[in-house]
Amino acid sequence: MQTCTGKGDLEMKTMHTLKILFSAILFAVPVFVVGSTAALASEKLHLDLAPDVSGDKAALQNGARLFVNYCLSCHGASALRYNRLQELGLTEAQILENLMFTTDKIGDPMTVAMTPADAKKWFGVAPPDLSLAARARASADGSGSDWLYTYLRSFYRDETRPTGWNNVVFANVGMPHILFDLQGEQTLGADGKLQPAASGTLSAADYDKQVADLVGFLTWMSEPQAKFRERLGAGVLIFLVLLFGFAYALKKEYWKDVH
Amino acid sequence: MATNSNFEKYKSNGTLLGNLLEWVDARFPATSMWKAHLSEYYAPKNFNFWYYFGSLALLVLVIQIVTGIFLAMNYKPDATLNAAGLPVAFASVSYIMNDVDWGWLIRYMHSTGASAFFIVVYLHMFRGLLYGSYRKPRELIWVFGILIFLCLMAEAFMGYLLPWGQMSYWGAQVIVNLFSAIPLVGEPLSLWIRGDFVIGDATLNRFFAFHIVAVPLALIGLVVAHLLALHEVGSNNPDGIEIKKITNEKGIPLDGIPFHPYYTVKDIAGVAVFLALFSIVVFFLPEGGGYFLEYNNFFPADPMKTPEHIAPVWYFTPFYSMLRAMVWNFFGLDAKFWGVVAMGGGVVILAFLPWIDRSPAKSIRYRGPIYKTLLTIFVFGFLILGFLGMQAPGYYFFGYKTAMAADGKTILFDLRNYLFSGGLIAQVFTVYYFLFFLTMPWWSKIDKCKPVPERVTWK
Amino acid sequence: MSDQGKMDCGRRRLIVATAAVGGVGVAATAAPFVASMLPSERAKAAGAPVEADISKLEPGQMMVVEWRGKPVWILRRTPEMLATLPQLDGEVADPESKEEQQPKYCTNAARAIKPELFVAIGICTHLGCSPSSKFKPGASEGMTADWKGGFLCPCHGSTFDFAGRVFKGQPAPTNLEIPPHRYLSDDTRILIGEDTQGA
Repeated sequence: MQTCTGKGDLEMKTMHTLKILFSAILFAVPVFVVGSTAALASEKLHLDLAPDVSGDKAALQNGARLFVNYCLSCHGASALRYNRLQELGLTEAQILENLMFTTDKIGDPMTVAMTPADAKKWFGVAPPDLSLAARARASADGSGSDWLYTYLRSFYRDETRPTGWNNVVFANVGMPHILFDLQGEQTLGADGKLQPAASGTLSAADYDKQVADLVGFLTWMSEPQAKFRERLGAGVLIFLVLLFGFAYALKKEYWKDVH
Repeated sequence: MATNSNFEKYKSNGTLLGNLLEWVDARFPATSMWKAHLSEYYAPKNFNFWYYFGSLALLVLVIQIVTGIFLAMNYKPDATLNAAGLPVAFASVSYIMNDVDWGWLIRYMHSTGASAFFIVVYLHMFRGLLYGSYRKPRELIWVFGILIFLCLMAEAFMGYLLPWGQMSYWGAQVIVNLFSAIPLVGEPLSLWIRGDFVIGDATLNRFFAFHIVAVPLALIGLVVAHLLALHEVGSNNPDGIEIKKITNEKGIPLDGIPFHPYYTVKDIAGVAVFLALFSIVVFFLPEGGGYFLEYNNFFPADPMKTPEHIAPVWYFTPFYSMLRAMVWNFFGLDAKFWGVVAMGGGVVILAFLPWIDRSPAKSIRYRGPIYKTLLTIFVFGFLILGFLGMQAPGYYFFGYKTAMAADGKTILFDLRNYLFSGGLIAQVFTVYYFLFFLTMPWWSKIDKCKPVPERVTWK
Repeated sequence: MSDQGKMDCGRRRLIVATAAVGGVGVAATAAPFVASMLPSERAKAAGAPVEADISKLEPGQMMVVEWRGKPVWILRRTPEMLATLPQLDGEVADPESKEEQQPKYCTNAARAIKPELFVAIGICTHLGCSPSSKFKPGASEGMTADWKGGFLCPCHGSTFDFAGRVFKGQPAPTNLEIPPHRYLSDDTRILIGEDTQGA
């Protein structure tokens, strides 16, 4: 190998500078990207944060009840079987009595009675299956839960629409405000803000709580095993740390030989 | 030195197992293969971090094949609608997620594996760039590698159609339509690929057949060829020197160590680290922030409605950016065609590296400032192209909006309209990408390299 | 570089430990893959217990319901049919139902909870064909003159009596299987696939 002459020193310095430059540029990419994305945030759709009720069985049960009573007449949840609701702490008898109106078999998926073809004929567009709604609605603007939580609270009166309703989050939505007896009516002010116009059976805070429960249920439904997945993941990681410990010690042991 | 076969046959030590081994070895090159590829395959002892990604790529291939087999047991390539109004293929993915025992885990391993494959392979390729691993006598290893990369892209693209979500559908629609840009044969060609006038059931079925049978077969064959070629000439190393030049009296390279056990134990430790990162995604971030599983793909495919913003999965976006960067008509052929040429050429040009790089030193450790600077810009540009490929057209960095005159139509002359324009930056880096390779024969030769040592530098 | 012969103890211990931990990892990873091939929730739902209304079933009549994709026979036996059973004890292979082809509560002379109601899976224990009904005694349905009534498997000629017991010297190895079942109300509804033991 070449000994270090003055010229070598200079080259070392150049190399060092280049290394710094290289690292700086590689570091700059994420900063650049994150910075420019953050700058866009102001143009994003503003979504309210959905309260996290994923650990609250009572809330999720309430969400299931709301879903069955208000949504399931038009929207299916065909990926979910009724018996899976037992994971929310409900018994088979409770599910059979309170939540099953479209079938008598507890192993059946939560589908709607009308066919998609009929639905299209009646509504113009078939109401989508909601099994995965909470995952599909996620975007750079926020999580799918946030979208649903904001959406269900953002209906307003709009006489230009065939249904008489419109939505701030989902412009020209096909669905009317199904929960309007609970929330009451809102109008869209000239400033683009929603104004309460007529009150429903629930106060604003109570309505938000009901929507939060419903969204919590939709979120649970989109991936019922999510909690289990995370618990299992923790175990897997602990195991891999152990494996790495042994493997690394073994590597060290063998590489003692290499000089 | 024994390079490949003709090792001494196994002699039994008299035990039952020994006798069995001797019987097998007399009829099958077991010892010979074991020695040639593992226990007497001499690899340079100075492998660093970058040398994990070859074996990791092999690991991911195994993960994808095994999980793929089990997914195929429950997946149905069928675009017709079921009783609930969902496409059967889409519903069968939900079925795997919710109804099949552990189906969710197998599916997440496969979807995460797809992205992991590209991460590992990109790093593996970058290693080649750093240390000149494609240089003589390893040209064929590199060419096989590029073919593997092409197969991988085909595999990923066709696999992405199978869940039959919105991104699956429209992604396939756009990519298949690229072929229609080819003069004369383009339109009939894309019709032939689809087997229908739009992406449909026929397309889904044939993509499924390619994804689970044809492309994996080719992929496995190429991986075997890649490894055989590697083991024929021996591995390169971070110093980019040939360890076979200096050997002991038995012909064993002085700087070589047997792959097994030294690199097997080292790779096991590397595998544990990789699996930990892999598990973090599988168990805690299965959607990979919307990059590994795109949110829009949780909507079933709807041929009547394109999602507002469609972009390919992240691993295609650098090349997708090159496609979009082509907005000029050359030689009477429209920009669409040149976009396809840029996209395909971006991959194919890599295959020529062994012949266009004329630097005296292989490894970046001894190459001059020109290469170091140009490679840095190359990597930066590739990442920026990747980022821009995910953005909608008309993207400006830092949330900048085009400066307009008061009439709202005339675009003002404002430096920022150019400096922050994603479209312009993509064009600049696309041109740079190709110039990097096209001018390499010239600058790689004049670069001021340092003298290369005789023996590997180590610790 | 170490020689193969003199591997030291510490190294050997580490190899064993790493291999053991790795082996546990591989086995734990394989388990979900093996489990994924078990019946899915959909298959289980399709295999859920089936209710049958037997209120209109006349003596001597048989109805067939589907449970887990297989035909389940419900035959209301007449006293004459039941009377043939003790006469055949010497001719059937397993007269006392010693083979576990029926739940405990059906291990009796009539192989039934209520003697007159015979419930069985109509699948021959030989190779899985569904036997046909040959209820009339004698040769009128193509059987021998001493035939007392029962079932004949069309595939390989196995014959069974009115309790699904296989006759001696037939290809079928065991009596017809009786599924778990229970009565939901005294005489009108049977649940097939589930019994009071909660199976």
